[in-house]
Amino acid sequence: MGILEVAGFSKHFGGLWAVKNFSFELTEGEILGIIGPNGAGKTTLFNLLTGFYRPDTGRAVYKGENITGLRPHELCKRGIVRTFQITQPFANLTVLENVEIGAYNRIPSSHQAKQEALRILGTLELSEMQNELASVLPIGHRKNLELARALATQPEVILLDEVVAGLNTKEVDDMLEQIKGVQKEGITIIMIEHVMKAVMSLSDRIIVIHYGEKIAEGVPEEISKDAKVIEAYLGEEYAFAARE
Amino acid sequence: MSNSIQRTRNICVIVAVGIFLIILPHLIDDYFVHIATTIFFFGYLSMAWNILGGYAGQFSFGHAAFFGIGAFTSSLLQVHAGVNPWIGMLLAGIAGMLMGLFIGSLSFRFGLRGAYFALTMLAFAEMLRLIAVQVCTVRYPLGINIPIKGNSLLYFQFSSKVPYYYIMLFMMAGALYLTYIIERKKLGSYFKAIRENEDAAQSLGINLFNYKLLAMAISSFLTAMGGTFYAQYYLIIDEEAAFGVAGSIEILLGSIIGGAGTVLGPLLGAGVLECLSEFTRNVLGGYSGVHLMVYGAILIVVIVFLPSGILGGLKMAFGKLTKKGSRDLWVF
Repeated sequence: MGILEVAGFSKHFGGLWAVKNFSFELTEGEILGIIGPNGAGKTTLFNLLTGFYRPDTGRAVYKGENITGLRPHELCKRGIVRTFQITQPFANLTVLENVEIGAYNRIPSSHQAKQEALRILGTLELSEMQNELASVLPIGHRKNLELARALATQPEVILLDEVVAGLNTKEVDDMLEQIKGVQKEGITIIMIEHVMKAVMSLSDRIIVIHYGEKIAEGVPEEISKDAKVIEAYLGEEYAFAARE
Repeated sequence: MSNSIQRTRNICVIVAVGIFLIILPHLIDDYFVHIATTIFFFGYLSMAWNILGGYAGQFSFGHAAFFGIGAFTSSLLQVHAGVNPWIGMLLAGIAGMLMGLFIGSLSFRFGLRGAYFALTMLAFAEMLRLIAVQVCTVRYPLGINIPIKGNSLLYFQFSSKVPYYYIMLFMMAGALYLTYIIERKKLGSYFKAIRENEDAAQSLGINLFNYKLLAMAISSFLTAMGGTFYAQYYLIIDEEAAFGVAGSIEILLGSIIGGAGTVLGPLLGAGVLECLSEFTRNVLGGYSGVHLMVYGAILIVVIVFLPSGILGGLKMAFGKLTKKGSRDLWVF
């Protein structure tokens, strides 16, 4: 049985079904990649999973508890946390303060929260930046800070929304290493990603979403050969070519 | 090691400043005692505003609502029920807090932010003012007069200004200490997180609604107690002094000028504003209205050149000089 089970999630905006009858199961300890072309509904799905939107239909069960419609902070208390595609730092606070705020999710004492924040900054190579304001960080470090803050809440499931988007090759490699490290700590990961290299190399399993619906699911090798996936990304002609 | 030296130094500074402020009223005449009391008074009110507006980022343009409720609650209870003003002060705080929770739960439930929240607060203050105008015109055309009981600590009224000075000093020090504690603890961090980015804050486990309400409760409670002090200091209160827009502006101005979201900013701002206003009045008092123009012009200059307040400006200047460690300097 999975740590998180989603059954029949749907969300529409006006006449458009951004996510339609979407179901999947998350196995504890895995990295699940969710990919799809632009506008496929990935971010909507993320917002549904993290409580920023309420699903129109469907339900989500986390460790046996129905969590459908819970607010983001309630999910965070239960161990589900997210990062943002467009980084959302607390701009006028220092890097250390940013991470401390995450740590307060489980640690009420300010002294211990600070220690925990320092520890996490150390593992993500942000220690040197701890006294800088978050607003002056370059994009690579901002993405790191998003991850650090989310980890500080001591989650069991972490949802990464395009964490390597906008990073250069070296930064992508560093980030992938760090995500592997997160998995080693026993945290289950769902990642949305555009950068194929990142998804293909990291994910244990991939789900492809197109027009809000799940069109394929499987290990990376299967997905990269799946005709429907190629069609979704490249158009029909390429799908025929792939079949031959 | 350096931490404990710093702590010792801080304690020495606090004790020295404390002793100085305690003997101060015996060294200066009544006029300056009044000015010092006024500085502490507006510093205190600005600190109360600062918790909601500066730390939690919910910019209130109508704190006079709480101030007025505080002043009216204790005064009316005293006039009509003979309630002791010290107890009245506590009840005033509770009344102000209930009003704060009411306005807060309405506004925050529907996610009002920024200008919309500021205007909602202004609207509530104006509503209360208009109600007070109706009531006062008929029943208290000369304002609500506190019954004179003579020089008495029990009845919170004195013939000398010095006891008021000490009471306000004590209240201000209390608010300052409270702000300092909040700043250092989880609560302050959560308030700042809400101010900086609500989406990020809630995704990190912060219940936006509850924490905004908490900031509102603390802020409105303190502001309303300030209202009682005002009524006892002047022994008269009317609707304009209690609920007027000028009051709302003066309450927030100290924070904005001194540095919103800092511990010492509101007191500093209140000090600067009071000195400025007294100075312009003394120098230009002969020409009616000119001192207000000069006062306004200086305010504009401060706001244009120091958008994050005097403390914010100092912090930045100091940060550029030393690069590191600058943050801790102004924390207390």
